[in-house]
Amino acid sequence: MFKRDDAPWKPSGLKRAGVVGDLVEKITRPIARRASRRGFPFLPPTTPRSVEVPEAKSTLGADYDTDWARRPLAVGVRKALVNGPVRLVVKGIASPQINGVDRLQDLARMKDPPAVIFTPNHHSHLDTAVMATAVPNPWRSKLVVAAAADYFFDKRWKAAMAALSLNAIPIDRELTGRKSADMIRELIEDGWSLVIYPEGGRSPDGWGQEFKGGAAYLSIRTKAPVVPVFIDGTGALFGKGMKRPRAGTTRVSFGHALVAEENDNTRRFAQRIEDAVTTLADESLTDFWTARQRAARKESPKLSGPEYTGWRREWALSDKRTLGDVGLRRRQRRRWPDLGN
Amino acid sequence: MPRPGFVLDVDRSTPPILFWRGENYSLEKLPAGRSRVIYAPEPLPAIEDVDGAIRHALLNPIEQDPLPALLFPGMKLTIAFDDVSLPLPKMQRPDIRQRIIEAVLDLAAEAGVDDVHIISALALHRRMTEAELRHAVGDRVYDAFAPRGTLYQHDAEDPDNLTYLGATPQGEEVEINKRAAESDLLVYVNINLVAMDGGWKSTATGLASYRSLRHHHNPDTMIHSRSFMDQHRSELHKSNWRMGKILIDSGVKVFQIETTLNTDTFPQPFNFLAKREWEWTPRDRMTFIASSAALKRTPRRLARNIFHSIEAPHQMTSVQAGEVEAVHKITTENVYKQQLVEVKGQTDILTMGIPYISPYNVHSILNPILVMCLGLGYYFNMYRGMPLVREGGVIIMTHPTPPDFHPVHHPSYIDFFEQVLADTTDPHVMSQKWEKQYAEDEWYRHLYRTTYAYHGVHPFYMWYWGSHALKHCGRIIMVGGDPKTVRRLGFVPASTMDDALEIASDVVGRTPTITHIHTPPLMVADVS
Repeated sequence: MFKRDDAPWKPSGLKRAGVVGDLVEKITRPIARRASRRGFPFLPPTTPRSVEVPEAKSTLGADYDTDWARRPLAVGVRKALVNGPVRLVVKGIASPQINGVDRLQDLARMKDPPAVIFTPNHHSHLDTAVMATAVPNPWRSKLVVAAAADYFFDKRWKAAMAALSLNAIPIDRELTGRKSADMIRELIEDGWSLVIYPEGGRSPDGWGQEFKGGAAYLSIRTKAPVVPVFIDGTGALFGKGMKRPRAGTTRVSFGHALVAEENDNTRRFAQRIEDAVTTLADESLTDFWTARQRAARKESPKLSGPEYTGWRREWALSDKRTLGDVGLRRRQRRRWPDLGN
Repeated sequence: MPRPGFVLDVDRSTPPILFWRGENYSLEKLPAGRSRVIYAPEPLPAIEDVDGAIRHALLNPIEQDPLPALLFPGMKLTIAFDDVSLPLPKMQRPDIRQRIIEAVLDLAAEAGVDDVHIISALALHRRMTEAELRHAVGDRVYDAFAPRGTLYQHDAEDPDNLTYLGATPQGEEVEINKRAAESDLLVYVNINLVAMDGGWKSTATGLASYRSLRHHHNPDTMIHSRSFMDQHRSELHKSNWRMGKILIDSGVKVFQIETTLNTDTFPQPFNFLAKREWEWTPRDRMTFIASSAALKRTPRRLARNIFHSIEAPHQMTSVQAGEVEAVHKITTENVYKQQLVEVKGQTDILTMGIPYISPYNVHSILNPILVMCLGLGYYFNMYRGMPLVREGGVIIMTHPTPPDFHPVHHPSYIDFFEQVLADTTDPHVMSQKWEKQYAEDEWYRHLYRTTYAYHGVHPFYMWYWGSHALKHCGRIIMVGGDPKTVRRLGFVPASTMDDALEIASDVVGRTPTITHIHTPPLMVADVS
């Protein structure tokens, strides 16, 4: 690539990767187009209308079998991946600061630590990689991640990658399928901890979404404690709609484990989980004491952002988008010197 | 089920016994037939739901209203907590103080309390560093309060922030932290590592000034405290309790939260240090051999850093809250439950291995004065009933006793060692002749207030701490200590344990009885 020393900017590593991506696309696109023009046998055959082909059993999406990814060989490969390249990438891009692990010490110190359900907010694909490295031991080594079946398991190679590198399991976002729930229940009972995003998917606009009941339902059914988690900053680095990630800082805050109380139904428990994540978010933006005070007064800023709509909502997000809560908090600390009267 | 403590009669098949020697340890063979070793009880099981137990204690206090009933909007709430001297070694995160303070703050937030100050009750101890404060109260509390200036450390020399509350019938002046005295509620968060801690000693000592402390930190009080671990026979405690009454009469409302920890002192691979020697596994033996040989060749500074980085796996065994005296009564019972060992009769020679740590050298150096304080002030006083060693008996300690001092933490100790101990080792004489000069020295005062230095008078208090032992014993022998330093302390140096026993024979005869206290973990001998 031609480089000028006096150029006003120099391409960053990520930008360089983007340029390479464009180059690859430029080479491969004509080949794909040619194959598509030639048709069969370069493309799959079409089926004669008179022939009734029996419906093949789906092996993708929610039906993808991930058992192989929990066998010793795959576990070993994943361990190497997570502690090697994944950790490096996460550190390079997201540089996460991890808080609140001490809140899990009682569970961690138990002779036989129980499987738990981690329920982080969700703004970015980076969240899963961040969680895979931030979750403390003993849970990190036995962690499965609930991933959208329609997104991560729609292609065989994507499904295999997700299952191998992150131990992802497919969750049907459209239907509350018994199949997914039963599979997760069995995994939890088998000692696997779960990362599930109660919002159901990445934030479309940078603000949080209402929590769905899946995590609460699973916790009530399996008695596994729920650990609320707030991930801050990943949305600004690689939020929905962004083509390439950019480097920055993030923060992961773990809360106290929650268990369903006697009078909790799925809806009430899901609300408690959302409240806990909301308080963690406030703690991340302000401090522990302010967050506790606002939580007691039921004045914690909602994850879903201000009530108003339109440009003001977007406007309120602009700083958060660029700085993240970590950045906002740092900015708050600035004090003007007292110059007297 | 943890096994209780016990007294081992040493016979010919008893393996050599572990003796601490500062930042190292050795095995010593004690004479068979007339020696015994006191082993501490094994760690009691910890409370499983610690946060639940804390919340229960706050909502169901002893002889006081539940904490939420004492909190109201617009009130002044002060939370004081024990400083870096507790627990020993520092406990693995999260520290129990952090858990309690967070629980109290949760209730305060629910009650709409805005004005909250958090104070480290360090009396005349050194200021805690940011890292130490973060370890004690946790990052969340630190980040919320320290930047606002509402988490800070008590200053016993700040006249603007001290309040004089009155004097006891015995003329003991009571002067404590102004914010604590003027608060609508003072919540004290305590760790009771030994029976001496807690009760009114928390507030009347931890938040007091020199003017107040000198009434019970003096040779007379110390000599008549028999022992510090037995509140009812301790002048130190009686004085603090009298001061507590003045606090109550002055309207200071205290909500005391006391905790006890088990004696799970060392994590892997150092956990063999608390085991009985005949139960050491091959791995323990290998660890001992490798670590003691390596430590012998390790520069002292590095060895010190290694040991001070150890975080104890202490776990909470009880938490109780409410009225100070009622709470402390239960706390003391719980401490005894963990630490008491029944011992029959006194001994001619008491042996003790002095480890690397005392309450006054966390992340610092156990200087010769602190060696004396740990041996004669603490270990000698780990009894109830009567001292383990008979009057006129001998104490043998093992420690290298180098003349090393931490120049930042212990500046006045250096002058005390060079000036005061060169003049006298008699606590009464030094108290009359030297104490005032050190206590009121402007430079030491400045260092105490603005750096991480112990107060100028602190080395005197450390020396007074051993007053009773100095008066009680016929001879103090230090095995393996630097001879010049040991002589400066007024003790007799010996190169080996056999030499020490030979030297002791002048005082206690040729066939004395010997008792060794196998610490840490800590224990209290119930001597009958």
